[in-house]
Amino acid sequence: MAEEAVTESPDLVHADGVRRRDFINIAAVSAAGVAGVSILYPLISQMSASADVLAASSTEVDISSIKPGQAIKGVFRKQPVFIRNLTPKEIAEANAVPVDSLRDPQSLAERTKEGKENWLITMGVCTHLGCVPLGAGEGESKGEFGGYFCPCHGSSYDTAARIRKGPAPKNLEVPEYAFTSDTVVKIG
Amino acid sequence: MSFPWAQEYKPANAFTQWVDERLPLPRLVYNAVGAGYPVPRNLNYFWNFGILAGLCLGLQIVTGIILAMHYAANAGVAFDSVEHIMRDVNWGWMLRYAHANGASAFFVVIYIHIFRGFFYGSYKAPREMVWLLGVTIFLLMMATAFMGYVLPWGQMSFWGAKVITGLFGAIPLVGEPIQQWLLGGFAPDNAALNRFFSLHYLLPFVIAGVVILHIWALHIPGSSNPTGVEVKTESDTVPFYPYFVAKDGWAVGAFAFLYCLVLFFFPNALGHPDNYIPANPMSTPAHIVPEWYFWPFYAILRAFTADFFFIPAKLMGVLAMFSAILVWFFMPWLDRSPVRSGAYRPLYRKAFWILVVDALVLGYCGGAPAAEPYVMISQIASIYYFAHFLIIVPIISAIERPDPLPYSITEAVLGKDENVPLSASPTAPFPGTQHPNAHGHA
Ligand code: HEM
Ligand code: FES
Repeated sequence: MAEEAVTESPDLVHADGVRRRDFINIAAVSAAGVAGVSILYPLISQMSASADVLAASSTEVDISSIKPGQAIKGVFRKQPVFIRNLTPKEIAEANAVPVDSLRDPQSLAERTKEGKENWLITMGVCTHLGCVPLGAGEGESKGEFGGYFCPCHGSSYDTAARIRKGPAPKNLEVPEYAFTSDTVVKIG
Repeated sequence: MSFPWAQEYKPANAFTQWVDERLPLPRLVYNAVGAGYPVPRNLNYFWNFGILAGLCLGLQIVTGIILAMHYAANAGVAFDSVEHIMRDVNWGWMLRYAHANGASAFFVVIYIHIFRGFFYGSYKAPREMVWLLGVTIFLLMMATAFMGYVLPWGQMSFWGAKVITGLFGAIPLVGEPIQQWLLGGFAPDNAALNRFFSLHYLLPFVIAGVVILHIWALHIPGSSNPTGVEVKTESDTVPFYPYFVAKDGWAVGAFAFLYCLVLFFFPNALGHPDNYIPANPMSTPAHIVPEWYFWPFYAILRAFTADFFFIPAKLMGVLAMFSAILVWFFMPWLDRSPVRSGAYRPLYRKAFWILVVDALVLGYCGGAPAAEPYVMISQIASIYYFAHFLIIVPIISAIERPDPLPYSITEAVLGKDENVPLSASPTAPFPGTQHPNAHGHA
């Protein structure tokens, strides 16, 4: 570039040494760059969850029929969600574990709503590679720690659905939810 | 390029001459797979698997395009549309079995093709680019096969998609958004099925493009051969047509026989029965396994059960699985031995066969349930797998004393070569240390 400038007519070079062509060059390349990004953005963004998929992401469940010790499988975002009515014994078991000895340290209280400690609501999606763990259905294995057991690669969850053994890195996810009445819970 | 003694294309009549002057396509074909392409005269049957791979790609494209005429990529009807192909469409059962088993055949062929490369050192200079493009093709093949398996929307399709996209969830911080972006939702559903179909249709054509580059790069130095000694003179080669066209034809016939045997008598032997159950997001099959050709890599994925330093087990498994293929890219630089062919490398040859056994063991464990003793065996076999590439091969190439190489291909075939200079006779001390490039053709 520097040599070229010498061969060009001197009146193309401004006093500060910036040539008109440099300016045009930078302006054109910047404009093309901005255009490129603004073309790319929708091309990439179209792959994210669409509005209807996002809209389907809240669900209401009637929990009046779930007795202590029982659980049901609901559907939230097309994935299973476990709603479990813990027995006092299961609550005591969960509270007896020292929290900082856990892989993903969380107490039962942090994973439930105040005053509703017996309602354990979690996704039924193993945090390892996404299988549906056993333990919510009648007669299914609850695993070594009395919560859930994932048969895919052997992850065991306790009565607060916290990971205790196996390859899964995290506790079963607690989705956002609220009790709209004493018997109805709105998930999402 | 071609060797100086390659036969030249001569248009047969005025019409072909007219074409040749305007678009020299017949000339290109003649110089690529015709009499104008001299190949080493000593190529053995392992050199037929490149053509067979090309045949498999063609087979998949033809059967695939036909299946796409009857298949519906919608989560509500995909499973039924596949059953419709199986039961109602004329010859639909045959076309579907041909495509499903064609994928298996493709992987059998490609694994032999790749291990041919490992044994004969085909990845070495000056064919590194051929090799790099080959590994790229293999990665594209894996992506294509994975997405194809999702399309019938059976239980294994669904849970395979969930587990494999779940791998991306292992990436720190951005993992979950990436997974949702790939799926277009929180779990595999219509959005995922549609995009997988779109890409499954696209990728084979991308593969075809890379195959053209692969063969272009191959034709610059020309094919290697079982001795690994480069072509020196005309007596080392024969023209591709008719010699290797005939030999490839024989291989195609043998392949077609074995392929039809599976296609017509054991069409479901390699598939999983659970994939005849429609996808159900609420219940996981007891034992999720990918297709057999992914088993060795799946075993490596599952071998990591405990956290490693600060890296969680799940992320480690994912990194190891991808590295198991990426390490192939480095083969030309990990193996520093100047001798190409395993036939003249006593130590490397042993390591090669142990690697074959190791890969088979990994494959067996990958198809088995994730329980002992398979987990422990996968762990040992995974360690060995990486040790082979990163430790054993570099060390062997530094310390090995190769066997004496023949002076030329002609000598290897006929027992003598009139062109041998006295200094290079096989009785001269240790000709194996010559750098292969020293007598290569640029
Ligand atoms: C669609 C897939 C592929 C097709 C159609 C294909 C086709 C071919 C063909 C026609 C040849 C020449 C004949 C031969 O030497 O067998 C060749 C050579 C070769 N291929 Fe492939 N190939 C494919 C995938 C791969 C892969 C995955 C690798 C390795 C990772 C690979 C590595 C090589 C090497 C190193 C050579 C040169 C061999 C030599 O001459 O010594 N190829 N390929
Ligand atoms: S998916 Fe649950 S243990 Fe692997």
